Amino acid sequence: MNFRKKTKLSSEIPTSSMPDIIFMLLIFFMVTTVLRTYSGLPIELPRAKKIAKLASKRHTTHVWLSKDGYISIQDKGHKVDDVRHTIWGIRAADPQLTISMKTDKNTKMGLVVAVQNEFRKAEALKLNYSTLTAMPTN
Amino acid sequence: MLKKRRFSSGDIPSSSLSDIAFLLLVFFLVTTTVDMDKGLGIILPAEGQEFEMHRSNILNCLINSTGGVLLGEDPVDIAEISKKVREKMLENENIIISVKSHEKTKYEDYIKVIDQLKQANAKISIAETG
Repeated sequence: MNFRKKTKLSSEIPTSSMPDIIFMLLIFFMVTTVLRTYSGLPIELPRAKKIAKLASKRHTTHVWLSKDGYISIQDKGHKVDDVRHTIWGIRAADPQLTISMKTDKNTKMGLVVAVQNEFRKAEALKLNYSTLTAMPTN
Repeated sequence: MLKKRRFSSGDIPSSSLSDIAFLLLVFFLVTTTVDMDKGLGIILPAEGQEFEMHRSNILNCLINSTGGVLLGEDPVDIAEISKKVREKMLENENIIISVKSHEKTKYEDYIKVIDQLKQANAKISIAETG
């Protein structure tokens, strides 16, 4: 019987396509990266179970509502009456706009509803209450 | 007297190309945030497009300032809302839940209620505060 090796397999990983792989990764991350531009207010988000992901980061504007009643849109403090104007401007630039409301869990609903009414007046109707994931109990 | 240039060929040096690509890759790896925002999606009614609904198709869901919930006429536990709403939806499939909250209700309680309604796949309408 002949037990000699018939082929000589090299044990090296082929490195000739490495730059291609790196470039592919690079392009992927370049395309998916949206540089974080606004930081918002210190808040504690509530938790919910039946949550959905936001469709697109590019078409999302965050509105921050703190428990002390401060409103922040794009790192600028706002009064309730100014919200409409700012949101209207953002909405005009991006018709697919979704507003992500980052609201502290101890915020009073009076403020939330007042801000929501401003959104309605600015015709920005797609809304997302930002929440954390709650552990499913049932 | 000018020294003769060592590199006389017109090629761009490509030996450091992979280093540059790696640096860029690392930069974008670090700056990319993978965590997508998550939350409860909702569509607000357009201004001036309020429409009349038959009273029997509306189920009021009222939240008071201490987090107590009144569904229709009966007070319910927040964790029970989803079950109760499913029962109501079996009776009447066109039912719309109108959520109203007190001015001093905590946002957390409101989110809990909306979450429960979402779990029951109910149609939610957000009423202005009364």
